[in-house]
Amino acid sequence: MLELLQAQGLRKSYGDRAAVVDVSLTVRAGELLGLLGPNGAGKSTTVGVISGLTVPDAGTITVGGITLAQDEFGYKRRIGLVPQELALFDDLSALANIELFGALYDLPRPQLKRRSREVLEMVGLAERAHDKPATFSGGMKRRLNIACALVHDPDVLLLDEPTAGVDPQSRNAIFDNLEALKRAGKALVYTTHYMEEAERLADRIVIIDHGRVVASGTLAELVRVLPAAQRLHIDIDGTLDPAVLQQLPGVKQVRLEAGRLTVGLDDLALVAPAVLQVLAAHGASVRHLDSGRANLEDVFLALTGRSLRD
Amino acid sequence: MNAFVALVRKDLVLYFSNRRAVIMSIAAPILIAAFFGSLFGGGQSKPANIPVAITDLDRSALSARVVAAMRADPALTVSDAGVDEALAQVKAGKLRASVTLPAGFGEQAGGALFGAAEKPQIVLHYDPSQSMVLPLVRGLLAQHVMEQVSQSVFNGGGSVMTGLRAQAAQDTRLPAERRDELLAMFDSIARVQSSALPGGAAASAASSASSASATTAAGAPTFSVPFSTREVEASSKPEARYNSYAHSFAGMGVQFILLMGVDVAVGLLLMRRMGLWQRLRAAPLSRAKLLGSRIASCALIAIIVFAVIYAVAMAFFGVRIEGSVIGFAAVLVAFALLTASFGLLIAALGRTPEATRGLAILATLLLVMLGGAWVPSFIFPAWLQTLSLFVPTRWAIDGLDAMTWRGLPLDAAVLPVAVMLGFTALFAVVAVYRFDWEE
Repeated sequence: MLELLQAQGLRKSYGDRAAVVDVSLTVRAGELLGLLGPNGAGKSTTVGVISGLTVPDAGTITVGGITLAQDEFGYKRRIGLVPQELALFDDLSALANIELFGALYDLPRPQLKRRSREVLEMVGLAERAHDKPATFSGGMKRRLNIACALVHDPDVLLLDEPTAGVDPQSRNAIFDNLEALKRAGKALVYTTHYMEEAERLADRIVIIDHGRVVASGTLAELVRVLPAAQRLHIDIDGTLDPAVLQQLPGVKQVRLEAGRLTVGLDDLALVAPAVLQVLAAHGASVRHLDSGRANLEDVFLALTGRSLRD
Repeated sequence: MNAFVALVRKDLVLYFSNRRAVIMSIAAPILIAAFFGSLFGGGQSKPANIPVAITDLDRSALSARVVAAMRADPALTVSDAGVDEALAQVKAGKLRASVTLPAGFGEQAGGALFGAAEKPQIVLHYDPSQSMVLPLVRGLLAQHVMEQVSQSVFNGGGSVMTGLRAQAAQDTRLPAERRDELLAMFDSIARVQSSALPGGAAASAASSASSASATTAAGAPTFSVPFSTREVEASSKPEARYNSYAHSFAGMGVQFILLMGVDVAVGLLLMRRMGLWQRLRAAPLSRAKLLGSRIASCALIAIIVFAVIYAVAMAFFGVRIEGSVIGFAAVLVAFALLTASFGLLIAALGRTPEATRGLAILATLLLVMLGGAWVPSFIFPAWLQTLSLFVPTRWAIDGLDAMTWRGLPLDAAVLPVAVMLGFTALFAVVAVYRFDWEE
């Protein structure tokens, strides 16, 4: 697939604080790249640099072969930015908001009218076109926020935590919109600190921490860095030395935190009964048990020693 | 009760955590109170440097002394000018009043003091927009003329009194009884002057006596003010009368449009906070287009608002553009641009919308006060009057006055427009230099 966005060696510091350190990434047409990291990891700064808002200290960025440093306006025409904030004029109608942001890209009047209607339709707000955002729910505002970034039909869409404070129904609607954009061949960069969103939406994921890329790849590739593909979570009463489980065949990893035992293993059906037997033998009663595949949270924890939500 | 205390504590902590806002809420009233207190008697009890012109058509020793006395008065800044030039300067608002001492003033004033001769007529042209000045100038004129005329009469030696006595004796228009009283008084004064009180002491005593007799004598020969005045409004168009609304609408229009500029600046800071500015910057727009559009929209709003204000002033308060319509429009446009660049400057220097609003409103109020919209600038101390020349609002108000009730031609708008455009450029350059482009 065509690589629409290429960023190489991006660096940005504020005084002594390095916000972005040697970040490189590519996004192909029809692909959604998840930029995952805890708050303050450098995701928004990276998006700021890619969108042309923040001048990097080093690095190059191109969109469709157009380099930001050489043709800033040509580059920006091919980028759409959905900022983290609800960047809307509350006193203008939804349609007027979209038309205003479209006009900034010098769209001819007929095209502007047509595109404004199209994107309103796409985000499911066509019937509220003449209502002001002040009367919208949080989810509707988020969708309008996205529509404003799409009106000029950009090749690359940068979404900076676009579902913050959104109800599940609106979140699903936004996800459907993003899937549609992928099918339309757009390249999407999606920053989030919700691993569930990244897992659901992203074709590839870049994990970022302290301004650096700590891992990148598909979900399957990332999970592969973990010693175990499955997780067994057991809430127990009583005390237990985790080392007694570590000795069991097939157990790759054991962690006990606040009465919650997490056991990493590859073959759940084979190893789980043995784990439960050991627990019973050591007098630890099981209150609750569940299992699942290893996820991005585990990957982040394994790579940084911290939780995504820290 | 704990909840109540917690809520109160929360409000106090939030209020005092915004240090700029706290400083403003304390500093603003102190500054404004100190300013007005100093104007109205705090540090200076008399107005200073009221600019007036005196034209001495008499060229007598007495008129020269009157001119010298007025020149020495700290309340006045006296300039010499011909009648026409002085009048033109009053019409243009550069002088508050002009005084013309007529030919024959020195000769007639002495006799007029005793009612024994016709009073010379002093013409007083005044700026009708500064009506508070008129009684001040009139009072100072009366004081100095009375002092000089009475000194001249009572300390002028025997010849003056002898001449006046002869004049009274030959004046057939005076009733015989009054003439006799006057002659008796002249004889009495002559006896006092030739007595043991020599020189200055005699003059002082005579002067005091004349003042006292002028106000208290009943039945005795009365003194009167030895001149009459003809007070004339200085207006470029004789048929146009001064309309005080013209000045007040100019002043208040300037004030509230500047406050609108503050709102625009705060709006830009709020746009930054809401991410809207970021979104605008993500579009392919040059900095010139981003800031230029802001200046253009603010200036257009200012023009529309000011035009509506003046439309109401014309429709309901009789305000008219007596001068150049083009000049009036040019002043409005220049002031609108000034407002826009002022707003941009505030947005560039401000940090939070809350603190910036307070600071900017204080700055606006000071600009408007110094511009003379609230109180006439002649009551300012001399240094402040000089300072007000460097305040753009003064030029806006002067320009609007010139084009409305003063009825001055287009060229009178050139300097105010040039000064305002100069300030516009200065504000814009500083704003662009200080503008923080990255959030």
